[in-house]
Amino acid sequence: MKTIILKTASDYLLPLLLLFSVFILLRGHYLPGGGFVGGLIASIAFVLHAFANGLEETKHLLRIHPGYLMPVGLIIAFIAAISPIFISNLPFMTGEWFADPLPVIGMVGSALFFDTGVYIVVVGVSLTIIFTITESA
Amino acid sequence: MIQHIVLYPILVQLFFAIVLLFFWNSVKAQKSISIFGNIVALIVSVWLFITIWQEGTLTIQTGNWEAPFGITFVADTFAATLVLLTAISGFAVSIFSVGTILRARLKFGFLPILHFLLLGLNGAFLTGDIFNLYVWFEIIIISSFVLITIGGEKKQLEGAIKYFTLNILASMIFLTAIAVLYGLAGTLNMADLAIKVAEIENRGLVEITAILFFIGFGIKAGLFPLYFWLPASYHTPPPAVMAIFGGLLTKVGVYALIRVFTVIFVGEDFLELIILSVAGLTLVSGGIGALVHNNIVKVFSYLIICHIGYMILGLGLYTEAAIAGAIFYLIHDIVVKTNLFMMSGLIYRIKGTFSMRDLGGLYNNNPLLSLIMIIPLMSLVGIPPLSGFWPKLALITESFNANNYWLIGAVLFATFITLFVIARLWTEVFWKEGPKLKRIANFRYFSLLSKHQKRQMIVPIVFLAFISLYIGFGAEHIQRLSIRIAQELLDNQAYINAVLKP
Amino acid sequence: MEFLLAVVTGLLYAAGLYMMLRRSLVKLIIGLILIGNGANILIFLLGRITKGLPPIIPEESKVFIEAYADPVPQALILTAIVISFGLQSFAIVLIKRAFKVVRTDDLDQMNSIDPYS
Repeated sequence: MKTIILKTASDYLLPLLLLFSVFILLRGHYLPGGGFVGGLIASIAFVLHAFANGLEETKHLLRIHPGYLMPVGLIIAFIAAISPIFISNLPFMTGEWFADPLPVIGMVGSALFFDTGVYIVVVGVSLTIIFTITESA
Repeated sequence: MIQHIVLYPILVQLFFAIVLLFFWNSVKAQKSISIFGNIVALIVSVWLFITIWQEGTLTIQTGNWEAPFGITFVADTFAATLVLLTAISGFAVSIFSVGTILRARLKFGFLPILHFLLLGLNGAFLTGDIFNLYVWFEIIIISSFVLITIGGEKKQLEGAIKYFTLNILASMIFLTAIAVLYGLAGTLNMADLAIKVAEIENRGLVEITAILFFIGFGIKAGLFPLYFWLPASYHTPPPAVMAIFGGLLTKVGVYALIRVFTVIFVGEDFLELIILSVAGLTLVSGGIGALVHNNIVKVFSYLIICHIGYMILGLGLYTEAAIAGAIFYLIHDIVVKTNLFMMSGLIYRIKGTFSMRDLGGLYNNNPLLSLIMIIPLMSLVGIPPLSGFWPKLALITESFNANNYWLIGAVLFATFITLFVIARLWTEVFWKEGPKLKRIANFRYFSLLSKHQKRQMIVPIVFLAFISLYIGFGAEHIQRLSIRIAQELLDNQAYINAVLKP
Repeated sequence: MEFLLAVVTGLLYAAGLYMMLRRSLVKLIIGLILIGNGANILIFLLGRITKGLPPIIPEESKVFIEAYADPVPQALILTAIVISFGLQSFAIVLIKRAFKVVRTDDLDQMNSIDPYS
């Protein structure tokens, strides 16, 4: 499905959707959103790109195989989840917060890193699934 | 906080699974990391077990949310014992799979998935939240789907579809049961459920929910009318996978049954009748299935089903001695069944077939190996003083005390069938003069393997055989452990207090 | 609303079971998906539906004053959906592989491993 309209639109949509997914990721703590939804939006951006330009183009754009994102995201989430055990001797997955909010992002805590990890894992998993199904078709 | 230790077995497996994912392309590094990871997991599990033995039940509230609201992890003696057994079998299987699984399979992430499976098992044993138990079950079955299909041979895919369908159906029934239970009680924490379910007036609805749980876990455990997926799929994957499946996966179903029916649904006469009749029928039908088959792996698959009956029987009788017998059997069974499937892998490596008709002469050719292999076989039958004898004795005595002569009949029948099947296996595979087999081209026969590879196959079998011997000869210790577990299980008030009033 | 959802749940379970009993592999997967959705709606239904009352405590008070929508069922459903997403994508790849190897999607033909041997 290589139409010129979709192709042009997807070039503009890809960065917009990625930006939107980061926005969703960051607002996730107190408002609707979060790592899972953000990750899905980001992978939709790449899937749309793959629809318009073909799978090879998207792979070229990504440079690495999306499967490699999985362990990276998992280890970020893992470290964020075990950090309270070592920092303040509180149970696994307790939220640890920096005292002062950062500009733009707001309050930063271990939950944000956990969500970032989830975001990366979701992008990795869903893109791997979709690429595998598309390739074996 | 000493309570952190409750989560360590889970975290260790998760950590090593992630590390293994980083080494996706280097099979050689994966092998060493996997074995190292399992050694660490074994140490942590022993540590957890000793701590629990000394300190009693420990709980931890993840995220520091108080008990009925957050997710609780509970390590009582039962959970700690099963985590320890998981670590023991996991360690043996990881060495065995490093030695036997083909490189092509290892390249598709066999070892990381194995660690995810062990992670799921540890999680299922340690969690104190019924929905969290569902999530761990899903982690277990997703990893087991990958393990059963990895390699993609025709027979594997055919077996996998049956395995897949019925396990998902079981999960859906489990999820439905959770939905109904949540509608009834409004909570998911098992200790809180125990209090709230006991207060519900409408007992009929509670019984229906209990039956839904029984069916869901029953499919996973391989109980009488629901076991058909098990012999249809367990003989298809490579022996290392069979070992972990046969040793641990059905036992998670048994664990969940024992947990749910001692903590949440307690004292329904109607349930006792159902559990006892299902246990008796499982014993008989599994035994009959084992009789007719000629493929050793299929025989072992049916023996799994048959022996699940003993554990459910102990649960159904619901006395301290009976539950202690069931726990003792569970401990013995995990070690022996894991070993049996690894053994069948070794036999396959030596002879190139699983068929009893074509096998033979193993004792003449490999006397030393045969002597090692007789230990799990005889433990399985329960020749005194080996490990299978003591729990069976307890179960038969308790059935007598309950005046339930049908059950005694079923237990004795299953025991004799096991004896007969193992005796037949011994004569056919080990003593009989072996027929001349055509050598299969390109097959990695055991005699062609390097010394290192041979060691990787034999060491885990010897390791588990020693543990079996310990369970048999040190039965006193295991019995004391089982009685303590049974006391904890029967006194569900202690469990509730440990979770809700730390 | 409750009545309608109860009927929908029943229909989904019935349709899912019916599809699972067909012989075709694809229908089997569709059946599993339908039962999964039925279970999700059941959780939603049994979590007691309350309209337009989010579980947020107003600023001036410390506890809930009126009935509120229970957030737990939503969390459960979200988890269940994520899990079934993973399972279904695996199932689709599996049936595709199985079809390529066995060359049939008839479940009755997939018994080459099970004769007594």
